[in-house]
Amino acid sequence: MSDATPDQIVRPDESLIWAWLDDVPDPEIPVISLVDLGIIRGVEWQDDTLVVAVTPTYSGCPATAIINLDIETALRGHGIEKLELKRQLSPAWTTDWLSDKGRAALEEYGIAPPQPAGGPKRCPQCQGENLERLSQFGSTPCKAQWRCRDCLEPFDYFKCI
Amino acid sequence: MANKTEISADQAALFQFLLRMGDNTLVLGHRVSEWCGHAPVLEEDIALANTALDLIGQTQLWLGLAGEVEGQGRDADALAFLRDIWDFRNVLMLELPNGDFGQTIMRQFLYDAWSSVMLGRLIKSGDPRIAEIAEKVSKEVAYHVERSADTVVGLGDGTSESHARMQAALDYLYPYVGEMFLSDATDAAMVSAGLGPDPASLRDEYDLLVGKVLDKATLTLPDGSYTHKGGRTGAMHTEHLGHLLTSMQWLQRAYPNSQW
Repeated sequence: MSDATPDQIVRPDESLIWAWLDDVPDPEIPVISLVDLGIIRGVEWQDDTLVVAVTPTYSGCPATAIINLDIETALRGHGIEKLELKRQLSPAWTTDWLSDKGRAALEEYGIAPPQPAGGPKRCPQCQGENLERLSQFGSTPCKAQWRCRDCLEPFDYFKCI
Repeated sequence: MANKTEISADQAALFQFLLRMGDNTLVLGHRVSEWCGHAPVLEEDIALANTALDLIGQTQLWLGLAGEVEGQGRDADALAFLRDIWDFRNVLMLELPNGDFGQTIMRQFLYDAWSSVMLGRLIKSGDPRIAEIAEKVSKEVAYHVERSADTVVGLGDGTSESHARMQAALDYLYPYVGEMFLSDATDAAMVSAGLGPDPASLRDEYDLLVGKVLDKATLTLPDGSYTHKGGRTGAMHTEHLGHLLTSMQWLQRAYPNSQW
């Protein structure tokens, strides 16, 4: 530390960068972070440049541009100067990459987390299991609209892909 | 020297192939987006807008790669907004006006079914750039075809009014379906390079999928084997494409390079 010259590049540890990114909320579902969403695929120093690999959720998701901007803003705020954001298409994003913390936060927020069976397990409001699908699409590309027949409330379901 | 020419001919075929993929999704995406705010019920409006969004996202991937392959510095936006009718390579069915909701859904199903079969083959493309786009896009198309097939069944096997409209839509659109399965020199080049399938080889799987859904929808395939064609080769588009481009491209034409 004391040996560092003023112009020496400080390369924060990759685990610290993951923690910083875990503080960046998803722009459309702000209760989960970009790391929870599973779209940050890699964080790596290449010489003095930090390379962050990001995969899109849906190819046309309008949040993609905002997400890249948010990542850049956050990392620059932590003093990262040389930054490269790399789009990574394969392997294609899957909801299997949602973190457990993220799944719990979604349900708490009122969005039923994805299930391998293809539909929500229970109503995020009343926990009822008597559910019906209203539409395969919802307020964002990643969600579908469902309704609980017990409490009669509609709710978002995070589609399983 | 001969070798060099051969490589550039291959690249030219690949560029054409990518335009065909990207122009299909671009033109259909634009048509579907015309429904935004006009669909019969809110859920369908949202579903159509989401579908359009996916298609436009897929366009960015296909045309983005097309521009990269072409190597002339054109990106997906330049290809979408600054080409004229004769340079478009979409099949004719996708540029037709939407018609009523039933016709829009029928067209979506007839395209989604082709798309799902085609992408299944492209996942195995020898070009990893094509394979990874196909892998990504096929997940979205799986949702699209599920919804369009369900809706074709719901409306076809619905009221006498909805049934009649869906049958009329099928009668009108089916003569355009054949174009998706025509093969030419571009396709032959893709097959020999191991990059993509012969479109004709998709037909059996397509007919099986479409036949099953139309049966459930109590709809009947029209007689006749006439096929409207000319879109995917660029030989001749319908008059409708020009009107579509006028609306889609006017901003970049009127205010070149404008951004916001």
